[in-house]
Amino acid sequence: MLDPAAPPHLRKSSLNAGPPLLPLELCGLSYETGGKRVIDGVDARIEEPGITVVMGPNGAGKSVLLRLMHGLIAPSDGEILWAGLRPNQELARRQAMVFQKPVLLRRSAAGNIRHALALRDVDRDEREARIGEALRLAGLERRAAMPARTLSGGEQQRLCLARALSLEPEVLFLDEPTASLDPASTLHIERRLIEAQRDGIKIIVVTHDVGQARRLAQDIIFLHHGRVIEHGTAKEFFDHPQSEAARAFVAGGLVL
Amino acid sequence: MADLIAAFHTALRLIVTLDPSLIEIVVLSLQVSLLAVILASAIGFPLGGALAVYRFPGRGAVTAVLSALMGLPPVVAGLVVYLLLSNAGPLGVLHLLYTPTAMVVAQMLLVIPIVAALTRQHCEDLLEEYDEQLRSLGASSREITATLLCDGRYRLLTAVLAGFGRAIAEVGAVMIVGGNIDHVTRTMTTAIALETSKGNIALALALGMVLLATSFAVNSALLAVRRFALRLAYA
Repeated sequence: MLDPAAPPHLRKSSLNAGPPLLPLELCGLSYETGGKRVIDGVDARIEEPGITVVMGPNGAGKSVLLRLMHGLIAPSDGEILWAGLRPNQELARRQAMVFQKPVLLRRSAAGNIRHALALRDVDRDEREARIGEALRLAGLERRAAMPARTLSGGEQQRLCLARALSLEPEVLFLDEPTASLDPASTLHIERRLIEAQRDGIKIIVVTHDVGQARRLAQDIIFLHHGRVIEHGTAKEFFDHPQSEAARAFVAGGLVL
Repeated sequence: MADLIAAFHTALRLIVTLDPSLIEIVVLSLQVSLLAVILASAIGFPLGGALAVYRFPGRGAVTAVLSALMGLPPVVAGLVVYLLLSNAGPLGVLHLLYTPTAMVVAQMLLVIPIVAALTRQHCEDLLEEYDEQLRSLGASSREITATLLCDGRYRLLTAVLAGFGRAIAEVGAVMIVGGNIDHVTRTMTTAIALETSKGNIALALALGMVLLATSFAVNSALLAVRRFALRLAYA
């Protein structure tokens, strides 16, 4: 058994053996669907730990880029490298993802986490310990036995995040996780992301909420029409946006 | 008209007094159809779930055939099982023709396509919602199928219900492979057909009422379970 007193990042390092995942390199990445080039020759290198925010106006291809990185869809062109390695099942199992619309199984809140842990081959004994901790950190202990789909929208997304974190991923993707949430749930989720980042989890989050990007980002990838227009530290990006589109976006204007 | 009313009274008396010959027929019918539906579900659930999840050449054709078989005429199913089980047939050595076992097999043939096709539909609907999440969690096709069947469990009850409705009501298949032998293979439907042609309207009417009541009871029970599940947001 694990020592529950040990800080999470220490426990994690003992669990996840294997070479580091980062840097994540996107090389000439393109994705076409229905004759439309949604992602158009993206080159990027993500190597710093912390929170990377993928930003851009609606339809810029942010969600598609996230799915490509996580391996849910295959690129039409170009490739993705995790520390020089092509994506494979082993690497994918060290990642997790939270979707914009919470996807919860028709089971209890605890049952949802249990199911995910079972899929990742976590020992039975350890499952229950992780479920308890995950629900506690999400503030959902008293909801453990409730059918997950009867929870409120905010609680559902907190549960989705708790489930993803219970897998102890090294990289966590989130696609507009707070797009339709109330401020309190948004705050809770942002706090959990900052904690997770401190525990050494690399976080890549898509948002079109400039305020959220300012609160979370260490670095920003600004996407427009399927291309990376800017990629730099959050400070550089917000203080001196280089492109017209980014300037307009940061200022809260409409970006065409 | 007076004859009809008299028959109706006799029918009621047969039911109320739990007439042994009536009970015997009802019990056999339920045994055969319930067993057929249970076995058909054991095959149809995984078959339908797998068809929703796995991608393979000919998948569309299999799905189409399955849908078409939902309308398989019972007499044809009966004929196929008859040919298999008759003395000259490949399974003739088993001597199963004109036994309840043969009737179970024939009804399974009718029910499997219904359970499998409806299961596939339900699972495909669920998969649309779950697909990315499950793949993100690293689920294999087998694990995805198992998850869909488990999460769709309350919806799958309607597939079972449809299958039971078909099994308990059909007459052609059990008539051909069972032979409507008194005390051995006489079911409600074959007895109704026989008694009506013999002019024994009272027994036919009594059986008809029991058959209706059975279908109604099973329907209500399953719908109640489903409504309960919906309230819990499990369905």
